[in-house]
Amino acid sequence: MATELVTDSARAEVLRRIRAAKGGTANAEAARAGWGAVERRYRRESTRSRDVILELLVDRLQDYDARVVRALHIDVRAVAARMLEERKAKRMVVPRGLASEWLPDGVEFVVDEEIPAAELDRVDGVMTGATLAIAETGTVVLQNVAGQGRRAATLVPDYHLCVVRVEDVVETVPEAMGRLQATAELATTFVSGPSATADIEMTRIKGVHGPRFLDIILVG
Amino acid sequence: MSGTALDPKTAPTFPMAAKTAMGDTQLRKNVRHATDVIQAKRARVVGEMPDWQELREAGKQVRQHTMENLDFYLEEFEANCTRAGGVVHWARDAEEARRIIVELVKASGSEEVIKIKSMTTEEIQLNSALEAAGIHPFETDLAELIIQLGQDRPSHIVVPALHKNRHEIRAIFQREMNLPELGDQPHDLADAARMFLREKFLRVKTGVSGANFLIAETGGVCIVESEGNGRMCLTLPETLIMVAGIDKVIPRYQDLEVLLQLLPRSATGERMNPYTSIWTGVDAADGPRVFHVVLMDNARTEILADEEARQTLNCIRCAACQNACPVYRQTGGHAYGSVYAGPIGAILTPQLQEMHYAQSLPYASSLCGACYEVCPVKINIPEVLIHLRNKVVKQNTAGVAGFFDVEAGAMKAMAMIFRSERRFRAAQRMGRVAESPLVGKDGWIGWLPGLLGGWTQVRDLQEMPKETFRDWWERRGKNGN
Repeated sequence: MATELVTDSARAEVLRRIRAAKGGTANAEAARAGWGAVERRYRRESTRSRDVILELLVDRLQDYDARVVRALHIDVRAVAARMLEERKAKRMVVPRGLASEWLPDGVEFVVDEEIPAAELDRVDGVMTGATLAIAETGTVVLQNVAGQGRRAATLVPDYHLCVVRVEDVVETVPEAMGRLQATAELATTFVSGPSATADIEMTRIKGVHGPRFLDIILVG
Repeated sequence: MSGTALDPKTAPTFPMAAKTAMGDTQLRKNVRHATDVIQAKRARVVGEMPDWQELREAGKQVRQHTMENLDFYLEEFEANCTRAGGVVHWARDAEEARRIIVELVKASGSEEVIKIKSMTTEEIQLNSALEAAGIHPFETDLAELIIQLGQDRPSHIVVPALHKNRHEIRAIFQREMNLPELGDQPHDLADAARMFLREKFLRVKTGVSGANFLIAETGGVCIVESEGNGRMCLTLPETLIMVAGIDKVIPRYQDLEVLLQLLPRSATGERMNPYTSIWTGVDAADGPRVFHVVLMDNARTEILADEEARQTLNCIRCAACQNACPVYRQTGGHAYGSVYAGPIGAILTPQLQEMHYAQSLPYASSLCGACYEVCPVKINIPEVLIHLRNKVVKQNTAGVAGFFDVEAGAMKAMAMIFRSERRFRAAQRMGRVAESPLVGKDGWIGWLPGLLGGWTQVRDLQEMPKETFRDWWERRGKNGN
């Protein structure tokens, strides 16, 4: 194809320019050594106690307009029932592999089998688990795995109920990236509060295109 | 404001454009308010971080290391992205990038695209190229939507419509979305954008985006955003076409632990932006089936070749320097004649033009250093500004042109005068005589003729004192005081 030939020569030219600009060709060994020499004196481990970290997570989530309820394992279903009722959610999408003991009666749960986006737009919300949460930034991390599902399902519906286990809460961003490293290639979404914008006069306004309502159940 | 793109090749010089902007009191009020708000937010969340300076240092070193090994990391990214099902293209310049993207959109079979806010697509004026090819681009970021519907131009890297207040935005939406009853509360406006764009997110099959970080180690991409429009464009279309400057690559996934702490706090004053997406290539069951990445040079290698200015490429586009800059805060972004305004624009824009255009921008600064202080990757912008001023002067005085250059001639004459006490005293006497017809009643000079007029164009000059320090000192000695 003609385009490929063009970009092949563009590729060679851009790489030639880079090497000429730096006066040499980089190699894996030098890159590895140089990367290893970067000074990382910032905090990379937690410094607070577990209780304080969990309190911090709740505080930071609430600060960005997420609603948070703490619950014991056996109470998740009851808490979920109450939250869904308060949100008037009758028909929820759930990813494959979400713990069935979390799902209350009286609500229709539709398992996401590649539901078209237009259909996702018509359900009342989505309920998922989470890979981890970062206390310091009030962030929930979702990945395309069982119980969390594909990205569109947690995006198109207007309401997201997310269950986070306390053992998956870390204090800092570096701890989170460390835990995620093994699954770095999976589709991953960091969610910090409901959809928001600061585009009008730099004021944070809740609710643009993503879910406008985010509830978190912190379990354990 | 017109719909014409900001093009450094045709833009007026900064002092000319700034003069116009300074006359727009509404614009100045909007810019001042927005930058005040964001600076206060940033200061608060940066203050929460006991290790902010250590993070900045790590950010600087990661970026510096990347540029020193740029060819290696780009090839590594290409190999890993390709392995994961992405298709990588290379573009030498804006023209080539536009051509590749237009061809890819056409090949996707769509006559419309949904777009994530991307300053790189603004830099290459992609929208007009798409329109010329019969493709309609829908901007989906709220600020970019305001710009597109208002036929305006971006004035800020992170919040392109920062120069508009809620009332002006309401007027645009009322007119363009046919919503005469629309309120002017920010949530009314956000709701209107949600309604307006939802149908497009669900319908349009091709997305176009920029990128925040390309991860060499995995071949993955990281995009940070607030509204969810980014996630819509990255997730729902069948084809995703991404354009990224070659400077956007980072070595490893782990480097995000630094950059994802520095960027949101610096950009919007948030501990973390609402949505960050990281993914790798194509996943048959999640997101677009076709994924293209266009790696674009467009003069970035010229910057790489200049060792003193190379740090310009370390920029992660947070715009903290714009918010902190006393010049930007007065003029707003349009005066810079480039999509990259403010201090970073003052060093990036002329270099992207290979110093042929935008030569007044390195002078659009008081060198106060506020930009350096807030830069999350410690780019020493004042140092680069001075370096570029030097480059501009050298370039304009090189060869025969320099021989006849008036400014260079004047500098030589000054040097000659300063070398001799006799000549210096004579010059002072002559100066007092020469200035006398120009001095106003208040003792200030508001206009100077010819080349000297460059000084009085933007400031007044005080008249020379009747007696010099030397004269006074000598008189004092004679009187024996």
